[in-house]
Amino acid sequence: MTPIVEVRALHKRFGELEVLKGIDFTVAEGEVVSVIGASGSGKTTLLRCLNLLEEFHQGEVLIGGEAIGYHTRRGQRARMGEQEIARQRAMTGMVFQSFNLFPHMSALDNVTLGLTKVRGMPRNQAIELGDHWLERVGMLERRDYRPSQLSGGQQQRVAIARAIAMNPKVMLFDEATSALDPERVGEVLETIRSLAQEGMTMVLVTHEMRFARDVSDKVVFMEDGRIAEQGPPERLFMHPESPRLQAFLKTSSF
Amino acid sequence: MDWSYFFNEVMNNRDALLHGTAITFAVSLIAILAGTVLGIVIGIAVTYGNKPLRWPARLYIDIIRGTPVLVLVLATFYVSSAVGLNLTAFQAGALALTLFCASHVGEILRGALQSLSRGQIEAGRAIGLTFGGIFRYILFPQALRFALPTWITAAVEMVKASTLLSVIGVAELLLTTQQIISNNFLNMQFYLLAGVIYFLIDFAIEQVGRFIGRRLEQPTRRMV
Repeated sequence: MTPIVEVRALHKRFGELEVLKGIDFTVAEGEVVSVIGASGSGKTTLLRCLNLLEEFHQGEVLIGGEAIGYHTRRGQRARMGEQEIARQRAMTGMVFQSFNLFPHMSALDNVTLGLTKVRGMPRNQAIELGDHWLERVGMLERRDYRPSQLSGGQQQRVAIARAIAMNPKVMLFDEATSALDPERVGEVLETIRSLAQEGMTMVLVTHEMRFARDVSDKVVFMEDGRIAEQGPPERLFMHPESPRLQAFLKTSSF
Repeated sequence: MDWSYFFNEVMNNRDALLHGTAITFAVSLIAILAGTVLGIVIGIAVTYGNKPLRWPARLYIDIIRGTPVLVLVLATFYVSSAVGLNLTAFQAGALALTLFCASHVGEILRGALQSLSRGQIEAGRAIGLTFGGIFRYILFPQALRFALPTWITAAVEMVKASTLLSVIGVAELLLTTQQIISNNFLNMQFYLLAGVIYFLIDFAIEQVGRFIGRRLEQPTRRMV
């Protein structure tokens, strides 16, 4: 079966600095993959390459078997047009560290914007679907609130609803709980966990080691722009092979 | 002071006064509307454009904003005829004020857009919107809230700047007033009257601005 996400020999530079130095990994349908590693190891950049928020310079990213972002014309690698890239971005759902809700819209409108303007769904159908997903993340009673009237945890749950309502092939979480007060982390992790249990395909960049261990099918440990070790969470957390991962786990809290 | 003489003179000149007011109103309205549309394009170019778009837009804003409006009015009037564009004084004046208004609106919009977080664009991209959609549904509505008070100030500025069109012979309110005074010598009374009319126009603009502002502040739906 085709993997949902396939990354082949991915290279990315910021100017002279190479931040991804050849990444290969796959995510199968329904699989939950956590990406862990120290700050600056390239894990967030990797995630952002998966929905083309970052450009990359070599290698390929395939979502649902489709190579995204670049095509080769007469031997020249070129970035695709804006329309095409927008369409491909909608194949993935992204949840940001800082929520990035649209502050001038209600929670419901945040969720329905993409449905009506990108998917072309009629408004009443979009509201129905928006309500469904807001209920799913426990935010239906707050559907008419503005983001500024919601707590961080509530905002992030709305952001999850906004991303997943678009029916993406894979959900990407970029340190989704890092900006939250400690007492709000649980509700967001619970929401993510329940989506994972329903079979949603996910890639999570996270510092929550216990969560990564409990919820993931596979853990990817990144170090200095490379994948230093990957495998099932039991093996990586209980029997890490590389000395770097051993050192990283010692300094991480569970 | 003989008030009956003044009122008599007002009645005798009411057509001229109304016409002058109408010209002031029309030229200001054209400048504000056309200048806002052009200014939005320039504001987008200077904020999000690539170099070939950004640089001319930046240059435009800096040069036009740095030029006295009177110079702009005279230059538009005389340069346009020198290059064979046969503009009437009204057209040249409206064009000058439009160019001036656009430079201000461009700069106001740039300031408002740059105050928005980059995450807003990324969130729009992530749900699959193209830049046009992101600007229309996400950036512009937010920028409008920031920019509205300054935009109103700029609109009021346009009405005041329209008095400068008197130097190229546009019979707007100020020139009309001066012509009336040259016949009856009621300096104080008629300048005061003109002042009141300018105030009413500006006051009306500010009220419209406040109304729009309140509409923008209203939540999309019920708020608790």
